[in-house]
Amino acid sequence: MQNSPSPPLLRLEGISKSFGPVHALTDVNLTIREGQVTALCGDNGAGKSVLIKCISGIFAHDAGTLYWNGKPVHISSPKDAYDLGIQTVYQDLALADNLDIVQNMFLGREVTRHLTLDEDSMERQAAATLASLSVTTVRSIRQPVASLSGGQRQAVAVAKAVMWNSKLVIMDEPTAALGVAQTAMVLKLVTQLASQGLAVILISHNLNDVFSVADSIAVLYLGTLAAHEPASSLTRQKVVELMTAGRLHFGIPQEERHHGSA
Amino acid sequence: MAVHSTSDEHRELPAARISEAAPPPPQATFSSYAHDMWRKIITGESGVLPVVVGLVVIGILFQSANSNFLSPGNLVNLLVQGSVFMLLAMGEVFALLLGEIDLSIGFVAGISGIIAAELVKGTIGWPVWLALLVALLVATAIGALQGTIITRLGLPSFVVTLAGLLAWQGVMLMILGNGGTLPINDAFFNGIANASIPPLWGWLVMGIAVAVYGLLIWSREHRRRTSGLVAPPSSVTWIKIGGIAAAGIALLLIANANRGILFPIEGLPWVVLLVLAVLALWSFLLGRTAYGRYVYAVGGNAEAARRAGIGLANIRTIAFACSGFTAGIAGIVYASRLQSVSTNLDGGQLVLYAVAAAVIGGTSLFGGHGKALHAVLGGIVIAAIYNGMGLLGLSAALQYVVTALVLLAAVTVDSVARRGKSH
Repeated sequence: MQNSPSPPLLRLEGISKSFGPVHALTDVNLTIREGQVTALCGDNGAGKSVLIKCISGIFAHDAGTLYWNGKPVHISSPKDAYDLGIQTVYQDLALADNLDIVQNMFLGREVTRHLTLDEDSMERQAAATLASLSVTTVRSIRQPVASLSGGQRQAVAVAKAVMWNSKLVIMDEPTAALGVAQTAMVLKLVTQLASQGLAVILISHNLNDVFSVADSIAVLYLGTLAAHEPASSLTRQKVVELMTAGRLHFGIPQEERHHGSA
Repeated sequence: MAVHSTSDEHRELPAARISEAAPPPPQATFSSYAHDMWRKIITGESGVLPVVVGLVVIGILFQSANSNFLSPGNLVNLLVQGSVFMLLAMGEVFALLLGEIDLSIGFVAGISGIIAAELVKGTIGWPVWLALLVALLVATAIGALQGTIITRLGLPSFVVTLAGLLAWQGVMLMILGNGGTLPINDAFFNGIANASIPPLWGWLVMGIAVAVYGLLIWSREHRRRTSGLVAPPSSVTWIKIGGIAAAGIALLLIANANRGILFPIEGLPWVVLLVLAVLALWSFLLGRTAYGRYVYAVGGNAEAARRAGIGLANIRTIAFACSGFTAGIAGIVYASRLQSVSTNLDGGQLVLYAVAAAVIGGTSLFGGHGKALHAVLGGIVIAAIYNGMGLLGLSAALQYVVTALVLLAAVTVDSVARRGKSH
């Protein structure tokens, strides 16, 4: 799926966003490629959430340009993002516990025939999507979401996001509330998405997760992009430094940099 | 930017641990289905079984105290008494599914009955169908108005419908005058709750209804089974169809027995058929249409529904309109049964019985869980308690206390089941 000569899926150029006197983002340049997992790191308040909200159409940015497949685009509402193929999986997942997996995946986009719900075709499509993501641990796709584990719920939320011809999936802290096995399942899902040619932006505080799946890592520091490097050229120490200081100080002794990597 | 090179060295989690034992898709056998059902029952997902068990217990208790309780005459009487509760409770289910409450439906029912009665009385003399239609339209409009206030002004449904409870009671008194009673002389109107279908026609109608239901459910589940979708095993399909057929036959046998004392009275009361028709309508709307799906979604997680692009205000407003419409039907049945409307109508008590019926039947007070069928079964429970205690000559005071205890028990079960599931 790599076609380096063609323009990247999404390119941010000089994106800035202020809330009154607060500069949430200053002149951010970022390139997101298909088939790759781009991790977005940064301390609290670094501007991660504002950045993804600018991409997913919740906030309009003040300055700068977004290029989608090389063409400048305006994303001024969630629907604009959605129409381009940008789907965001928020931390709270937005699943209705009382509905089953199929019902959740098609919520708001039900297939109907003669005014009634076409459950059969919805169930087939949902099953196919889950299978394509190798989500095989659910007992029945007709069980209510309330009975699923945290990782399974995350998988359903992701499947819901990718079912609609998505090209870019943004995941906000997908492993924050999960145990070890569940985290592994979600990370496997993330790599699965990338291997299917989707672009993935992964926001995470957990550097273990970041290094286990990310192809490249972008670090935000106080609203500016401190670095965007291939994951292979970074280490945990370097990322922590970038997150906390905004740049790399090679002279600082090891023991002073133990914070924040959990 | 590196493309693929980075991935393998950083993926530290071994693939073997990741796939947590992926089982083959479960074959729907009878035992696995029964096991699933049991799991649903203990987690409070299957609302119907507890209330059916409750009905059997109530039946045994009252029958052992008074052998007339299970006589055909009393059972039919019980169903007619309960029809108002069942209809009101079906209206209440719409509000409860959203996690809201509608306290006004008792007096909305009263308004509907009064409007219909006023329009058919001699001095006005509208045709009965038009009078009933106008009454239903007014009831629907009242529901829509309250729903609009709740959604557009963002007020709690509890307060808005409490105001409705007072306001519509006031309007009812204004129309009737204090202490007034308005008799109904229209034969069709009075026949709704008092006339019966001739026995043979009853069998015919019930036969057709059971056959259509059986055919629909069998064809759907057979199609799903053969195309590999989630479906119960064929034995379960046949048990469902058999159960419906048995219930229909039992109902007709009871209703067609002669229950007259001086002269023969037999046949299924029309009102039972009306309740079943409303049940079918609302079951279809809630279970088979996108609108119904949205009602459950809004009740389960309003934020998820909003992000899915569902217009919450419209869904809620329509639900309150449906609640008003169903209350309108209940009011017409209430007036028909008494062959009059009077200021004695206690809409406050009616609405409490309606909420009780819906919750006893298995509808959650916390939104997102419930069916029209729950309202009907819960309505039968309320009517059975009401009827049975009346038969035993127990005081109204005691009836209130017992109904309250049953309601408390039902809400406790609901609450504990939900709490158990969220952990």
